[in-house]
Amino acid sequence: MAATTLAAPRSAGRRIGRPVLVAAVLLAWVVLWIPTRGMHTLGLSPADLTPLHRWLNDVNDTVGADRNSSPVFLYFFNEIRAAIDALVTLLQDLIAQPSFGRPVPVLGWLGVVALVAYVSWVFGNGRVALLAAGGFVFLGLQGLWTESMDTLALTLAAVAISLLAGIPLGVWAGLSDRFYRLITPALDFMQTMPTFVYLAPLTLLFLIGPASATIATLIYAMPPAIRLTAHGIRSVHPSAVEATESLGATGRQKLFKVLLPLSKRTIVLGVNQTIMAALSMVTIAALIDAPGLGKSVVKALQTLDVGTAFNAGLAIVVLAIVLDRVTTAAGDRVRRTGAASRLRRPLVALFGILAAACCYLSYTYVWAAEFPDTYRIGGPIARGADTVTGWAQDHLFAVTDTVKNLVTYALLNPLQALLVESPWWLVAAVAVLLAALIGGVRAAVVTAACLALLIGTGLWQDAMTTLAMTIVATLLVMALGIVLGVWMGRNRHVDRIIRPVLDAGQTMPAFVYLVPFVALFAATRFTAIVAAVVFAAPVAIKIVADGVRGIPATTVEAATAAGSSTWQLITKVQLPMARRSLTLAANQGLIYVLSMVVVGGLVGAGALGYDVVAGFSQSQLYGKGLAAGAAIVLLGIMLDRIARASSPSNTRKGH
Amino acid sequence: MKSTRIAAVATITALTLTACGGEKVGETTTPGSAAAAAPCGTFNLAVNPWVGYEATAAVIAYVAEKDLGCTVTKKDLKEEISWQGFATGEVDAIVENWGHDDLKKKYIDEQKVAVAAGSTGNKGIIGWYVPPWMAEKYPDITDHKNLNKYASQFKTSESGDKGQLLDGDPSFVTNDEALVKNLKLDYKVVYAGSETALITAFRQAEAKKTPLIGYFYEPQWFLAEVPLKKVSLPAYTAGCDADAAKVACDYPEYDLDKIVSKKFADANGPAYQLVKNFSWTNDDQNVVAKYIAQDKMSAADAAKKWVEANPDKVKAWLAG
Repeated sequence: MAATTLAAPRSAGRRIGRPVLVAAVLLAWVVLWIPTRGMHTLGLSPADLTPLHRWLNDVNDTVGADRNSSPVFLYFFNEIRAAIDALVTLLQDLIAQPSFGRPVPVLGWLGVVALVAYVSWVFGNGRVALLAAGGFVFLGLQGLWTESMDTLALTLAAVAISLLAGIPLGVWAGLSDRFYRLITPALDFMQTMPTFVYLAPLTLLFLIGPASATIATLIYAMPPAIRLTAHGIRSVHPSAVEATESLGATGRQKLFKVLLPLSKRTIVLGVNQTIMAALSMVTIAALIDAPGLGKSVVKALQTLDVGTAFNAGLAIVVLAIVLDRVTTAAGDRVRRTGAASRLRRPLVALFGILAAACCYLSYTYVWAAEFPDTYRIGGPIARGADTVTGWAQDHLFAVTDTVKNLVTYALLNPLQALLVESPWWLVAAVAVLLAALIGGVRAAVVTAACLALLIGTGLWQDAMTTLAMTIVATLLVMALGIVLGVWMGRNRHVDRIIRPVLDAGQTMPAFVYLVPFVALFAATRFTAIVAAVVFAAPVAIKIVADGVRGIPATTVEAATAAGSSTWQLITKVQLPMARRSLTLAANQGLIYVLSMVVVGGLVGAGALGYDVVAGFSQSQLYGKGLAAGAAIVLLGIMLDRIARASSPSNTRKGH
Repeated sequence: MKSTRIAAVATITALTLTACGGEKVGETTTPGSAAAAAPCGTFNLAVNPWVGYEATAAVIAYVAEKDLGCTVTKKDLKEEISWQGFATGEVDAIVENWGHDDLKKKYIDEQKVAVAAGSTGNKGIIGWYVPPWMAEKYPDITDHKNLNKYASQFKTSESGDKGQLLDGDPSFVTNDEALVKNLKLDYKVVYAGSETALITAFRQAEAKKTPLIGYFYEPQWFLAEVPLKKVSLPAYTAGCDADAAKVACDYPEYDLDKIVSKKFADANGPAYQLVKNFSWTNDDQNVVAKYIAQDKMSAADAAKKWVEANPDKVKAWLAG
């Protein structure tokens, strides 16, 4: 904390010189690149291995061979597996799979719809209850009821465990700076380490089945809950904390009466993000036999059946939107406590009886248990999606090809040439210098360490190729994040229209749009960038919008009263005041882009993404895939620390 | 207040009344589910993610369920994880294995948890392919010696000033970088990264008549839609691919085989006998794959259709 206060006046004095110095370093890099290009680039062909990669293969083999004898497995992993399996299976028995000797689950579609609507109404409001009921009926009409319920069961299990562990950890990280610093790299690791890398080892530890799928999901889904809880608590205005302290509140009172209530909006955002992240893992978990919609997507893609894949992907989006809206409404409701109408209590009882009646009917009668197949819209949806993608592939190719070539030749290729063809020591020197200039000594040290480890992975050149793509994608994400985020933050109507699109972008499995994207942009690095932007921009946009909306209305009114134009209001008041959110948006945007590196590897990105995918598929490349996964994490930590250090107020003020 | 209560009672009564006409859960038992599956038991069949495999697995599963009364549990898994399943006891059989000598060494020779169960009868071919329109327009392109002549046509944003050789289903071993180098070809290998991307690229190339050369393999359902033409490489001879860096010859023809867990083989149940005896041709598999991929039938329906049309072959597997 002391370091930042000391650094503040110093960096203010340097502010004029810093951009010039950064430009000078970059210029020097380009000048030095010309004579040195092609030297010491540390290339490694896709089929070649380093001793580290071979050693990792051996470690993997040893673990596999020890599975049945080691006490760690017998008493630790097996117990966890059994507990999680039991939880998921119970949920599946309730809503998804034939159970207890019956040909159908305990609750049929009518019971689930009624229950979901009832719960949404009790914790949210009438509107979301209708939305929830409508959404779930839509899943049935799509002809995907069982698959959807399987996915819901698995997601609920993963989200429940994530929140149970994540929110307390987030509170701790919000209160303790030391724990915050300790857990941040762990969270970065969980969010950026590609799932493909640990999917195979997970099935070794927890066997093939729901437990492995749930654990794979929650590793990826838990960090947003922790991060945003911590962010919410750290963002509580110090004056509020000081006021309670001066009133002599205890630590517990401070937490439950001030910090948690004041940060509820951000914590709910964390819950939403956890649900979204969990649903984004549905297709990947299907690769280890996770039941549900993911399987439908993966199966459809084996025959390039985009329509069927889209139908299943749409079901995931619908689930995501329903869960998101219900949790948001629940969060809003908790904030407005007290003013319940006199009618509420009898209504709660009445609707409760109705829901219970529906549950009973769906338990007893076939028509309420199995979704009737008289009306089905899955077929038309699939055909519609096929028609649209077919049309786009035939008619938009000229445009998309031009855009692809423009970005590739004007931006990506030069950047990649500079990064890949420079000697490693030149890139490393430039990176450390830039980190020192932008972020200070600490960022420089982290950068140097990350670079050294990157060289250690043996995948320097691939890492530089991926870095070039990551930079381009993150720039695009932030541009979209600021433009759309500010727009949404300032205008509720825009928010209402754009938000479902963003939810779709975040939760529509990348596997679904892989085929049309490859058709439009060919199997190229640009396709990988587009896929990353589609996935990462929504989270950046949402966080920026949340930050802009979090600015006190009085501040905005004061600026307007002082005669600020809209442009001045945005650039001089709203963006600077939402700076913390911008930093978080950049951080999350970058991490989401990095989490798409592997999907990029599936559509022509090559480099680290391909290394990971190949490592997942070929046992002799396993170690290399693991090293590539580690390289992605290192890139993420390095870029994030530089960006974070460059933003002025990143530590919590006052205690 | 009173009116809401009345409304509630009325609604529930109405609901219950309408419901009473409906059929109750469990009133009709589904035929077949009661049939005892005693001699066979549960058969855990790995299903690897490509259509050809799915066709083979569907036919085996159909016969196992219908003729042997097994309870077949299909597990959708990648190859690596399927093999791992032999060790953890969760997979009984893999029914289309492409080579994977490293996995054979690890699980058959070292851990001794798996055994080979003979050929599926399918031949796997790997190589470089061009879309049919190119083979027609430039007949000599199917010889690797002429590839440099066409290199400039294959240039893309990814390959710089060289021709692009589109590689990369990550599941398959590739020697293509070494091949390009050792055959002195003016090409750069670009990794598409998935079968989906490869097929999409070839489909687009044929539809738009754009040039494309890439890594592909058969049997593959897509070849029924677009019959890609194979480019000849120097013929494969035993051992010509021993040194990965010096490879300058074609890929070997793979004898696709079946692998089962040792436990499953030792138990020697009817399902194991079926897997061991199973054998069919590339054409057979292509028919079932076509039902699934192009006619959009479910795997089970596709299997049923083929089995009903080929009773003799099925009888041979069952007779052992």
